[in-house]
Amino acid sequence: MMKLRPFHAVVFVVLLGRVGIAAEQPAPQSIILASTTSVENSGLLGHILPTFTKETGITVHVLAQGTGQALQTAARDDADLVLVHDPEAEQKFIAAGNGIDRRQIAWNDFIVVGPRSDPAHIAGTHDAVAALKAIAGTQAPLVSRGDKSGTDALEHRLWHVTGIDPAKAGGGSWYRDIGGGMGAALNTAQAMNAYAISDRGTWLSFGNKGDLTVLVEGDPRLLNRYDVILLNPEKHPVPKQALAKRFAQWLLSPEGQAAIGAYKVDGEQLFHPSATAPK
Amino acid sequence: LALVADVWAALGTAEFAHIVGLSLAVSFSATAIAAVVGLPCGAALAICRFPGRQLLILLANAFLGLPPVVLGLALYLMLSRSGPLGALALLFTPAAMVIAQALLAMPIVTALTHRAIEEPWQEYSGALRVDGAPRLRSIGMLLAIARRSVVTAVLAGFGRTISEVGAVLIVGGNIAGYTRIMTTAIVLKTSEGDLGLALGLGFILIGISIAVSASAFLLWER
Repeated sequence: MMKLRPFHAVVFVVLLGRVGIAAEQPAPQSIILASTTSVENSGLLGHILPTFTKETGITVHVLAQGTGQALQTAARDDADLVLVHDPEAEQKFIAAGNGIDRRQIAWNDFIVVGPRSDPAHIAGTHDAVAALKAIAGTQAPLVSRGDKSGTDALEHRLWHVTGIDPAKAGGGSWYRDIGGGMGAALNTAQAMNAYAISDRGTWLSFGNKGDLTVLVEGDPRLLNRYDVILLNPEKHPVPKQALAKRFAQWLLSPEGQAAIGAYKVDGEQLFHPSATAPK
Repeated sequence: LALVADVWAALGTAEFAHIVGLSLAVSFSATAIAAVVGLPCGAALAICRFPGRQLLILLANAFLGLPPVVLGLALYLMLSRSGPLGALALLFTPAAMVIAQALLAMPIVTALTHRAIEEPWQEYSGALRVDGAPRLRSIGMLLAIARRSVVTAVLAGFGRTISEVGAVLIVGGNIAGYTRIMTTAIVLKTSEGDLGLALGLGFILIGISIAVSASAFLLWER
């Protein structure tokens, strides 16, 4: 019997694992939402999804990716709908026949954060383009997402307006393209006293601000719109489309909008519902 | 002290229990699969002679350093709904994570078992042949003789699975309450700037990993 013990143990482990996995099978009614990190990491989805699930029995599995990656995931059929924030990339996604029915569900804004010492003297200003020019002019370090996310796309649009190519200006060593998420960029900026552009939601819920503070806000160019997009049934015959549509409709409904507006961190509202009056 | 309180509060939640449970379930399953495949394969590579054997030994050893993120990406493309195995609907499920980790652990178990069996085979092959034991039974006997090294081989495989993050992040998606495990939760908490909680989770992961390996070691070492 001694010799059989290892075998028994292996069988036991396999069974144990099997039980664990069996319990993890997706609920009969579940959809995959490919989304941007800002709505997931800020806690918004964790706050509103239980209400939707309780009401409809539909579980929403959230993939928190950058906007670029989320659209790619959906284009490969690996998600059932998307919730993202990069108008240009969204238009391309729809023009390529991948998506239909783009609707804005909420907005907030982007901000320029940086160290309190503020070497580029941009604190309190309201012109994001002038601020970027000042940062490039002083060669103060700036952390860029560099990950094709919605925030990264916005930063590149702003640089385009300045006419400066930050990767080349002044040798570019002040411009740190980290190829990471918003949280990683803020962690990096905090560690090297650098500037960064952030969405308001991630910033407010971010726990490692250190010496970083909000320096520039209130530029109309810093508007941040969140859109929900359904997949084109002609190109993506996904069986879960009815469920995905139900979720999108709930986000746009008075109830879903109220849930979005009610989400607060430290008393501050992170997302402003805008289904009825898109910005 | 606030950190300890934070971590302690996080420990009590159902979400955390699910994360730990899933981490263990996925790693145990993957290690079991890797062992069921790797142990006999490693032993067979040590005692059987067949064409291509040297190549397989080379491959098992070469894949010891298989980068998880590359394996994860390859598996993602296979399991994607628009990929060749898309119909199985395994992407972004715990099952996909088990497959990824099993594939990562398999070369480790195979290569180390091969090494562990080589020596006793040289020592006992004469006796086993005289005894007339068929090769299949010889495999079982040799694994029993070399069981200390074999346990190490399996624990090395387990170590790979429990600590891995690159592959499971890609094929699992780190979905809250569904495919989120210890390592991906640590990545997430770090990105949320919640460094204290991330570090706390890290210590707990190390503790769990040590506890499992030490128990297995003590149990099988007797």
